[in-house]
Amino acid sequence: MKILVPVKRVIDYNVKARVKADKTGVDLANVKMSMNPFDEIAVEEAIRKKEAGQAEEIIAVSIGPAQAQETLRTALAMGADRAILIQTDDIVEPLAVAKLLKAVVDAEQPGLVILGKQAIDDDSNQTGQMLAALLGWPQGTFASIVKVVGDGIEVTREVDGGLETVALTLPAIVTTDLRLNEPRYASLPNIMKAKKKQLDVKTAADYGVDISPRLKTLKVEEPAKRAGGIKVKTIEELVDKLKNEAGVI
Amino acid sequence: MDFSLTPEQEAVRRAIEKLCVPFDDAYWLARDTDAQFPEEFVRAVIDGGWLGIAMPEEVGGAGLGVTEAALMMHAISRSGAGFSGASAVHMNIFGLNPVVVFGTAEQRRRILPRIIRGEDRACFGVTEPDAGLNTTAIKTRAERVGNGYVINGKKVWTSTAQTANKILILVRTTPREQCAKPTLGLSLFYTDLDRRYCDVREIHKMGRASVDSNEVFIDGLPVPEEDRIGEEGRGFEYLLHGLNPERVLIAAECVGLGQAALAKAAHYAGERIVFDRPIGKNQAVQHPLALDWMQLEAAFLMVLKAASLYDRGEPCGAEANAAKYLSAEAGFTACQNAVLTHGGFGYAKEFHVERYMRESMLGRIAPVSPHMILNFIGERVLGLPKSY
Repeated sequence: MKILVPVKRVIDYNVKARVKADKTGVDLANVKMSMNPFDEIAVEEAIRKKEAGQAEEIIAVSIGPAQAQETLRTALAMGADRAILIQTDDIVEPLAVAKLLKAVVDAEQPGLVILGKQAIDDDSNQTGQMLAALLGWPQGTFASIVKVVGDGIEVTREVDGGLETVALTLPAIVTTDLRLNEPRYASLPNIMKAKKKQLDVKTAADYGVDISPRLKTLKVEEPAKRAGGIKVKTIEELVDKLKNEAGVI
Repeated sequence: MDFSLTPEQEAVRRAIEKLCVPFDDAYWLARDTDAQFPEEFVRAVIDGGWLGIAMPEEVGGAGLGVTEAALMMHAISRSGAGFSGASAVHMNIFGLNPVVVFGTAEQRRRILPRIIRGEDRACFGVTEPDAGLNTTAIKTRAERVGNGYVINGKKVWTSTAQTANKILILVRTTPREQCAKPTLGLSLFYTDLDRRYCDVREIHKMGRASVDSNEVFIDGLPVPEEDRIGEEGRGFEYLLHGLNPERVLIAAECVGLGQAALAKAAHYAGERIVFDRPIGKNQAVQHPLALDWMQLEAAFLMVLKAASLYDRGEPCGAEANAAKYLSAEAGFTACQNAVLTHGGFGYAKEFHVERYMRESMLGRIAPVSPHMILNFIGERVLGLPKSY
């Protein structure tokens, strides 16, 4: 079985995002960029399946600027076998990403696609679900355990009420939650090997997909500043404030 | 001229940053307190294959240059590991350069893979109590006995000798007065640190308690001829070959430590409220930190310039020395300012910057003093007369 793992280059999770002065988006000039953390978990899960003999090949795919090659090299250094970059400097919305991924799936015929549940830049949480719909494949989202059982997989999902386990037939879509695994970091020998692995650069046109945006961003603003809290002396005072100041009880 | 890192260099930096994440401030504070060698950290570095970064591929290394090794050591130090982390692996990154360059194929195969895999740990015996920076005045002798040698003498400031099982040691094989030049008659050996003949005594220090520095007393250590690196009498020349990369790496570590301190200082200055405002709003607090940033960035450019010259096979003595000087001074100043910015808390161990400050003195002193660097630049670059 082949596993396809889409990875996205996003603003690093340690960076404090700043809004551009003209409020059109987040300022990415000279900002550290990294692989989306949920995608790292997806790569790790694919590698573990391969190490367990349940997969033969892992293909990492990214859609983004030329610098996303670096993100793909990270996936290759972790243990992916080859990579595809669909290069574009445009903003690619989740539906366009899902359509491109469908085209890659049609070409590569993977048995499993493991995606991050969402990217930490736009937090859309849509691509995996849209891809499942476009392909007509079963999906196990927010996975905290993925087990290969017979011809299918069992996915334990983190849902509001607790854990839900679903059985899926293959081919299938999985999106990863935080607790699925702890991604490894690349060793030096593997970074060196990654340089020699195959990385194909394509365009959206190669796959015949129209990626022009359908959404318009009106304005991006910083979240409202949080004001400091106060300490109350008695329960009576607390109740009084909740009733009369906050108006929540 | 392109000041950006290659994707591969970026990958090295990122991987090291990740590797260092589990070894947080609390870990390094604990090692500074209990003076235990950072074994778990060193294990992680070995397991990642990082000791081979600058070693040739044929012995299991990555075949990268001093630039990449400097980026690695910089990232280790900057993570907050400082010299406690950097010195724990430093010797094994580039110290064996004489073996790489001057060792026989058999020696390279026998020695280097075991270092990369962490099966052997090496320490470095050059400095002696009665010679200091006047290296050619060292007194430790190796006498020819049968097919090998016997070494007698003493070394000082040998780091990691408590845990090392191997030593790269510089000794006199021909008395100085019998040599045409004082730099001749010295030989280099890589051999077992056999504790039956070597007494290793730890020196208690101002900082970096977790990585031991030692006096080594050597009494009749037998060394087979195959442990001699290169020709007899040319050890000093072999050692010089690794001197510039050594300076570059130390400089990178100094910058990293200074940046770790500066990050803590800037964070604290932005949060600490006194007189109803963050103290960092006051220029007397803010400007020294701004200056530290500039000095550290400038020093790091010199580090990378020296590394890049070395990797291209060009002379880099002036640049490597300048990088060491500038980085050590900038690193020290940044650490000192970080303590001052924290006020009373800067003196408290739990704010970490006092540890950085103690460690930052190390980079100024070792492996060569700022005074000797100024001498070098004065004489060799400016052509002025020698003063000593």
